[in-house]
Amino acid sequence: METKGINKVKGQFGASILKVETFRDETTLVVEKNRAKEVLEFLKKDPDLSYDYLTDVCGVDYQPRKPRFELVYHLCSTQYDRRLRVKVPLEEGDSVPSVESIWKAANWYEREAYDMLGIRFENHPDLRRIMMWDDFEGHPLRKDFPVKGKDFDKPFIPEL
Amino acid sequence: MAETRYMTINMGPQHPSTHGVLRLLLELDGEIVVKATPHVGHLHRGVEKLSETKTYHQVIPLTDRLDYTNGIGNNLGYVLTVEKLLGIEAPKRAQYIRVAVTELQRLAAHLIWLATHALDIGAMTVLFYCFRERESILRIIEEVSGGRLTPTYFRIGGLVKDIPEGFEESVRGFLEDFPRRINEYETLLTKNVIWMRRTKGVGILTAEDAINYGATGPTLRGSGVRWDVRKRFPYSSYDEFDFEIPIGDVGDVYDRYMVRLEEMRQSVRIVQQAVDNLPDGPIMAEDPRVVLPPKDDVERNIDALIRQFKIVSEGFEAPKGEVFMSVEAPKGELGFYVVSDGSNHPYRIKIRTPSFINLSCLPKMIEGKLIADVVAAIGSIDIVLGEVDR
Repeated sequence: METKGINKVKGQFGASILKVETFRDETTLVVEKNRAKEVLEFLKKDPDLSYDYLTDVCGVDYQPRKPRFELVYHLCSTQYDRRLRVKVPLEEGDSVPSVESIWKAANWYEREAYDMLGIRFENHPDLRRIMMWDDFEGHPLRKDFPVKGKDFDKPFIPEL
Repeated sequence: MAETRYMTINMGPQHPSTHGVLRLLLELDGEIVVKATPHVGHLHRGVEKLSETKTYHQVIPLTDRLDYTNGIGNNLGYVLTVEKLLGIEAPKRAQYIRVAVTELQRLAAHLIWLATHALDIGAMTVLFYCFRERESILRIIEEVSGGRLTPTYFRIGGLVKDIPEGFEESVRGFLEDFPRRINEYETLLTKNVIWMRRTKGVGILTAEDAINYGATGPTLRGSGVRWDVRKRFPYSSYDEFDFEIPIGDVGDVYDRYMVRLEEMRQSVRIVQQAVDNLPDGPIMAEDPRVVLPPKDDVERNIDALIRQFKIVSEGFEAPKGEVFMSVEAPKGELGFYVVSDGSNHPYRIKIRTPSFINLSCLPKMIEGKLIADVVAAIGSIDIVLGEVDR
């Protein structure tokens, strides 16, 4: 994304854009949680930016750092062939508005982020676990979850 | 007034047409699907979690096992991401070999798709033909890498070894034969009335929906969007190759079928060019941090021996930062998001697999349609559950 686009987002949202980083030609916007949805919607709708394609949503656990989580959106513009990363810092127990209403693709990605890291999404139409079974306890991709699992030595017998 | 009740049918996880362990919960009104809910995760092996405990090199074999029809293509996506993180580039010869074997692997993956898709719809003959040609591709891949299903051929910075003698001849021999074979498949299906009735106007996904739902690969191009990572964000010298991106028209099962067939022809062109223009030179980047020293050196020189020992036992430390890189896999855009904290293993890897998100478009394609079309639609998006569940 060129500077013009960044300036436009900055002009629109001011202090809510916490940081702009560039690493290996990739631009990252760090956005405050409360306005994340607005920023994403702006990035999609604005004709100069036109990030119409949601490539990926995932969470990263930075325990013991504060804030603990980062929610990472990867956007792509099919019109300008540009990519952008938007990161939203989150504390444990925080929830963010779902972007399912902006991109339908977010539906499963957000379910996965919820399943794997326990990030909650507001107004998600169907926030269930996606990889793990429904009565599974814990969130496997959190750093305090052991790699070998918590119940590796216990047989899994569902109650009938 | 009579009460309306729908019949619920559990399709899978052990259903032959769900291409693995996909469970579909279908609510039916007679023969019409009212609601379809895919349940995934039966093949979840925690690849992302496992990756966090391994050194960068040790992750490569895990990527083979994502989309197990496309081992080499997955290797490519991962090694390119780590190379981007390190700021290194494989030499030209390695890039060309990578393109050649990746496209061969794409052909093999598309052949499995065609075989199983046709089988699902009832055309069994195609399966035998497709697996015959796939066998010749796998032989070439085995010659090159030593593995058929899980090649683990690429290394960070290049290739594990150069192509063997006779590689070019066997590839040329295959390329000479293969376009004729594609025409053969077409005679079986393309104008076949049963095939057309089962696929035309079935499982339609409009271009707008395809983008909104995040579809990529032939599923997106079948809907008429000319979007291919190889053209839009060229990697591994793809910008030096001459090939077309076929697109469909209405976005039905038939269009996706035509797109993939044409893609096979284009892949043949790419492999041809890669073999014809194969440059000479080294196959590994010159970066002592990452690349193992030559075996001769290791035997004669204590410094090289130490370096080899360090790289093999400890791996290498990557700079702090995060990168996203994606490649065009046979199923669509395969992306890797690697977060590095400066240590010798990735802090977090997120794999954006094409099948996962293409599968989430399935309810859109089949709701309100006949139950018989569900099988056609699943076949046409070409999912591999190893990749959906990771």
